[in-house]
Amino acid sequence: MAFLSFILRFLPRAVTQGIPLLYGCTGEILTEKSGNLNLGIPGIMYVGGISGIIGGFFYETYAAEMNPVLTILIPFVCSLLGSGLMALIYSFLTITLRANQNVAGLALTIFGEGVGNFFGGSLVKLVNNGSAEIKLNKTNVAFRQVLPFAKDWGWFGELFLNYGFLAYLAILVAVAVALVLKRTKTGLNLRAVGENPATADAAGINVTRYKYVATCVGGMIAGLGGLYYVMDYQMGTWANDGALGARGWLAIALVIFALWKPHVGIIGSVLFGGLYILYNYVGVARNIEPLFNMLPYVVTIVVLIITSIRKKRENQPPASLGLAYFREER
Amino acid sequence: MKGIPAIELRNVTKKFGSVVANKNVNLSVMRGEILSILGENGSGKTTLMNMISGIYYPDEGQIFIDGEEVVIRSPKDAFRYKIGMIHQHFKLVDLFTAAENVVLGLEEKEKYSVKSAAQKVAELCERYGFEIDPNKKIYEMSVSEKQTVEILKVLYRGADILILDEPTAVLTPQETQKLFAVLRKMREEGHSIVIITHKLHEVMSLSDRVSVLRKGEYIDTVVTAETTEEELTEMMVGQKVVLNIERSEPKDRRERLMVKDLNCTNTDGVKMLNHVSFTAYSGEILGIAGIAGSGQRELLEAIAGLQSLESGEILYHNPKTDEVVELRDKNTKQIHDLGVRLSFIPEDRLGMGLVANMGIVDNILLRRYQKGKGMFVQRAKPREIAEQIVEDLNVVTPDLKTPVRRLSGGNVQKVLLGRELSFTPTVLMAAYPVRGLDINSSYTIYNVLNEQKEKGVAVIFVGEDLDVLIDLCDRIMVINSGTITGMVDARSATKEQIGLLMTKTDGGAEA
Repeated sequence: MAFLSFILRFLPRAVTQGIPLLYGCTGEILTEKSGNLNLGIPGIMYVGGISGIIGGFFYETYAAEMNPVLTILIPFVCSLLGSGLMALIYSFLTITLRANQNVAGLALTIFGEGVGNFFGGSLVKLVNNGSAEIKLNKTNVAFRQVLPFAKDWGWFGELFLNYGFLAYLAILVAVAVALVLKRTKTGLNLRAVGENPATADAAGINVTRYKYVATCVGGMIAGLGGLYYVMDYQMGTWANDGALGARGWLAIALVIFALWKPHVGIIGSVLFGGLYILYNYVGVARNIEPLFNMLPYVVTIVVLIITSIRKKRENQPPASLGLAYFREER
Repeated sequence: MKGIPAIELRNVTKKFGSVVANKNVNLSVMRGEILSILGENGSGKTTLMNMISGIYYPDEGQIFIDGEEVVIRSPKDAFRYKIGMIHQHFKLVDLFTAAENVVLGLEEKEKYSVKSAAQKVAELCERYGFEIDPNKKIYEMSVSEKQTVEILKVLYRGADILILDEPTAVLTPQETQKLFAVLRKMREEGHSIVIITHKLHEVMSLSDRVSVLRKGEYIDTVVTAETTEEELTEMMVGQKVVLNIERSEPKDRRERLMVKDLNCTNTDGVKMLNHVSFTAYSGEILGIAGIAGSGQRELLEAIAGLQSLESGEILYHNPKTDEVVELRDKNTKQIHDLGVRLSFIPEDRLGMGLVANMGIVDNILLRRYQKGKGMFVQRAKPREIAEQIVEDLNVVTPDLKTPVRRLSGGNVQKVLLGRELSFTPTVLMAAYPVRGLDINSSYTIYNVLNEQKEKGVAVIFVGEDLDVLIDLCDRIMVINSGTITGMVDARSATKEQIGLLMTKTDGGAEA
């Protein structure tokens, strides 16, 4: 039974590690399917996190009595707005102005981290209680609320029912995006835009609109990863430590690992999350911890090598990924 | 509906800047009729069809559909009038299946599903006799299958006027026959079909009537049954125009480049060179005539070491050492190291020839940097050459550092030619060197080619204007779908003779 107890300790931790990655991965897949390589995901996750913190902070500080629905809804909507705005900046730069996607994305990442740390620092000053971090005691409880009967279900409850609602939402969103991409006309049109925008344009698809919507919705989904990270994983605290950025890059690696399939991302996120914290469970010295943090990237490289050798067209990134679309001269 | 044309053009004119692409063209197509549009490269066939399919908008003239005047401003408008165009370059998503490509972008009321789309496409195939699996991915398909998907796309959208832009250019004779059978079937169902081509035997075997264009002008429409290939060729190429290009007799003519039995197939599986053999001599200009895309590019690139070959030999006779060396399967560097002084003016001047964002000096440096010593580039010599080129060829440029993309087409060509000539080549290959150039620049280029010929260089000139080829070259080799169909003496050849060699295929599709 030692194994079961290990699983019971390890797997829930791997899942909570994986959920931010899953949001980032699903959002980035949706974005990339429109042909936009958004390397601004780490920055967007920062902004998604800090926006949620700001919303929650003001509600918790200034509301006389906290309405449980608003306690969730205010940070949630703030997070969506913040990350949506970031994605909109990226969309405007790369779709309308046709700026280089890599440059725009990296700039957004640096910008997003700065925004997060700036407002995080401001809030710390506002509280001015000698602590270097913000802690939203009530909001985080609402976000971390698990199903009341989880305890009655033994190991099943501990493994599958013991998470905040954002964790389940992450899986729902991933499944929904997978279905939209594969089964619907909208998904077909979106994939056509990412594969061959000229053909999509000739077929009467509004390429610009598809790119904008996919990138902005994708950004909002990724931003929820930041919200989960601060509200649930960090229990409502904000610290200017850069840990969220590492999750953003892992999410982008996860896109490659998942071969641009959101449902594969679900399994991948747990795997990545598990690999990322494996050092806690194998009893290694603290100084080789970073070596273990590398494991998800090593796995990604292995996947890249295998898919590159097999050259299966379905497992390749969207054909026009990273390229701006110019309609041919008329 | 007999009597009223399905589509009619009256006095349609289209200009691009000062260039007239179409001038006063009149055309009409009946229901249940196949009309061929015949013309050389640049005669305005594709421009004309693009106006019907909504890609261009005519400057003057009217378009009628079923007797009513219409305005077609976009491809969507064309869809509405049930006009479908099958372009030369396919617009398909490689990763999608045939069925997914067919339904892409359509707004249908019923719920979308991959299965029902495949079902409908299968029904359409059945009706017209296409053999295609709706669930096959485009990237797994042959060229002819891809073309079938394009045709299915327009039929699925309910098109009853079909325009095909050189549909047989990429097909094998068997595939062409199949396509023609389908087109005849559509004609029986009352569709109107316009097919752009320059293959005479296809015109004769398929179409009911033929309209001929020449240099943008509408010549005439004739009933196919009442005409001959010779008559059509004459209409297509027109009267010989005298150009007054000087031509000297070849001196000291010696074998310089021997090409033997070259074969090459492109990535789509189309045979681009088919048993090509010829010899280029020093001190003469060898012209290559042919419809665009007949294998000229592959031939020149094979000689320059840029194209891999299935079989064949390329032998070079070195005039200095009197040795014969094999050039096949060697890259440009290896060819250069063998002491072969080969200069190549590619068709795509700013893509393959020059780096558009660099100035004249740096572009010259590109071909010379290996000559420098030490770790720093030495610009002194290239600058000297650049100054020389600007002076000799009257290149108009603000200075030597201006990116070449800012120069006009003629000046770009002069820079490229000047650079290649600065290596005193023994073989000079030029592909369409005067394309897009004004008269003065063109004559400058002709003079330069003549000078090279007098210096004993073997010049290979790929051209499209038959008047120029006949007046400039010593011999003209005609290439047709990768096969050499003739080698004529330019001093006695006629345009009709060359035109027939370019377009006629013996033993081709006799359907």
